[in-house]
Amino acid sequence: MLRRLHATQPESFAFTPANRAWAEAQITKYPEGRQASAVIPLLFRAQEQEGWLTKPAIEYVADLLDMPYIRVLEVASFYFMFQLQPTGSVAHIQVCGTTSCMIMGSENLISVCKRKISHHPHALSADGKFSWEEVECLGACANAPMAQIGKDYYEDLTEAGLERLIDDLAAGKTLVPGSEIGRFGAEPATGLTSCTATPGAREVQNGSVARAVAVGDGTRRIDGTEVRLSAPWQVSGQMGAIGLMAARPRSAVQQQAAAEAAKAAATADLAGGTSTPAVQGAGAAAKAAQTAETAAQKPLALAAARDGKADDLQKIESIGPALEALLHDLGIFHFDQIAAWGVAEIAWMDGNLKGFPGRASGDRWVVQAKIIVEEGLDRFLERAKTNNY
Amino acid sequence: MLNDHDRIFTNIYGMHDRSLKGAMARGHWDGTAAILGNGRDWIIEQVKTSGLRGRGGAGFPTGLKWSFMPKQSDGRPSFLVINADESEPGTCKDREIMRHDPHTLIEGALIAGFAMGARAAYIYIRGEYVREKEALQAAIDECYEAGLIGRNACRSDYDFDVYLHHGAGAYICGEETALLESLEGKKGMPRMKPPFPAGSGLYGCPTTVNNVESIAVVPTILRRGGAWFAGIGRPNNTGVKLFAMSGHVNTPCVVEEAMSISMKELIEKHGGGVRGGWKNLKAVIPGGASCPVIPAHLCEDAIMDYDGMREKQSSFGTACLIVMDQQTDIIKAIARLSQFFKHESCGQCTPCREGTSWMWRVMERLVTGEAEVEEIDMLFSVTKQVEGHTICALGDAAAWPIQGLIRHYREEIEDRIKARKTGRMGAMAAE
Repeated sequence: MLRRLHATQPESFAFTPANRAWAEAQITKYPEGRQASAVIPLLFRAQEQEGWLTKPAIEYVADLLDMPYIRVLEVASFYFMFQLQPTGSVAHIQVCGTTSCMIMGSENLISVCKRKISHHPHALSADGKFSWEEVECLGACANAPMAQIGKDYYEDLTEAGLERLIDDLAAGKTLVPGSEIGRFGAEPATGLTSCTATPGAREVQNGSVARAVAVGDGTRRIDGTEVRLSAPWQVSGQMGAIGLMAARPRSAVQQQAAAEAAKAAATADLAGGTSTPAVQGAGAAAKAAQTAETAAQKPLALAAARDGKADDLQKIESIGPALEALLHDLGIFHFDQIAAWGVAEIAWMDGNLKGFPGRASGDRWVVQAKIIVEEGLDRFLERAKTNNY
Repeated sequence: MLNDHDRIFTNIYGMHDRSLKGAMARGHWDGTAAILGNGRDWIIEQVKTSGLRGRGGAGFPTGLKWSFMPKQSDGRPSFLVINADESEPGTCKDREIMRHDPHTLIEGALIAGFAMGARAAYIYIRGEYVREKEALQAAIDECYEAGLIGRNACRSDYDFDVYLHHGAGAYICGEETALLESLEGKKGMPRMKPPFPAGSGLYGCPTTVNNVESIAVVPTILRRGGAWFAGIGRPNNTGVKLFAMSGHVNTPCVVEEAMSISMKELIEKHGGGVRGGWKNLKAVIPGGASCPVIPAHLCEDAIMDYDGMREKQSSFGTACLIVMDQQTDIIKAIARLSQFFKHESCGQCTPCREGTSWMWRVMERLVTGEAEVEEIDMLFSVTKQVEGHTICALGDAAAWPIQGLIRHYREEIEDRIKARKTGRMGAMAAE
């Protein structure tokens, strides 16, 4: 299925302060340098805030995670939950049409949508309030047929039931999700055949409905203040241990080399009778890291940019605002500085760009800088269009 | 029939207190520190003894899978990834665990993570399960607050984090390597194996990917002993299992039952019987969309377990049945599955990307009868060309339902084509 950005896009996007705080908390779930992992949750939050996923939102999330725009666009167009076109201002209705629901009558639900909303999926209704689509299995098959409206599942649906739901939404009412025929959850409709002796206080609603009712309107746009932000892993977790991940995992060849280096170091230790203090943790990895570090050399740094005017380092592909600031901190301001790096300097940079390990070599900064110095910026930009460097 | 006292998910319908307090009253989180105190080897040994096989569809022995994880770290952390991307059509069992009995899963994550020396667990839940995600996160927060996970989890000197991550509606992310790609923030395209995740998985670190149910049953197995679990069901197919029934049964539901229960008993007892009586049964898809359909006459003596389903040339899958009665258009039902696989193919391998849409287009014509009889054989041969020629099993999954349909309902397809040609109702339809 062809999924493209919508023809008309808003000017800009920014998370609300609460959503921004939420997003920053999400990023801490992943090891340092692996913040790209948060791309789906962040894009989805952007969609929840706006109702659909806009181009500015995609770029905003890319900047937040320091990812190239194309990588984020790829994700946005790959996953079907991202709505790349405007959806109904009140609700977007997703009817499950896969076999379990189909044999229970989901085709009738789809004809309700065609009749009441619009003939084509993803098209807005005449009043702009609704849109609909047929989606693949939503995973509530024991309650088929069903539809998702906003965040909530409406189960055991009938044609008349769906019509009523749409009418109620249009009239501004808040819906109560769950089973239309009054089932509690996924138990047999005529009464329990198991779990009859379970102890514990009775709940009023099933797990999903209770959440929905607690939040209120399941179709409302989200600004992040609805639910209290909680990120317990930050206080009681063990960020440090996973933080070690900042070093990129090494290939089998590199691992073998590291193991041999460690062995050699161990023999040297025995012979010399001196012990090397471990930097982070113990064992082969730390020693290998030390060996690697001795081979690396810090590049020459400037205290400030020459003539107080730094080159625009962001012209080098893969250097963004965050990396540029980091390089400035390390005393790197000019293309010719980068172009002069040798193997040892690149290795040092790979290991010391906090949060961006391996960028300098992986993205060929030195080659890029050399072209800029030797052939000029215009020629480089020309070549960069086709990655010809 | 399984007794209530042998059930693991005693609150699967969520009718009783779902909080940590309620879960503890039902016996969860009981003596977890002592279980961890028995050590990694003991835990893996007990899981092996129990005969637990992966509940996500493939049925790989869980204990064996865990034992592939490196005993000694080479500097890289290990990860446990829990596959909660439940998207196989017909399957709706993990949803019940996550929204109604989440503490079984979180406790299982801690124990399984400890057994494989993992630093953290990532639970990858499908994006559409918004409320389930909220319910599970609330339960995780409760556990952090009570000190059951996080630093010094359960006062066992073991640090373990549980992170909830969600996807965005791609069935392919239920495939373990596609899931890892997605978790790393990329498109969900499966990786080539080897290297297997146990060697190089999430972020290039040793990783084990397990289904929600496989993890959630572990604490109870360890509390009651692997032998208890192994005593239920047939050898090689042991334990208790969540079953689901959807489609034309009188009372569709999710229910926990003993493995190796007969299909008929399961449907009669919990599903309230087939709509219109057992004689009105036409076919059953036994374990989600990728399992070949089983016609009614083979359902009579079908045993619901891995081996039992294989005997019927189908597969056990996730044990979530789609039941179809005589009034169902079986060709259309399978064609809808073909449409599903066409929609969900990630597009990486040509046989699957092109094959799934080709097969769907032919299936659509078989539904209306606008086809030639020879095309049935051609379709069958194309399914054989897709099967086994792709990186992941989605190509196979798309091929099997069609093969099952042709194997058992060829006459019906031919009949429809002839009826369309002659303008007369076919013999089958006149019955």
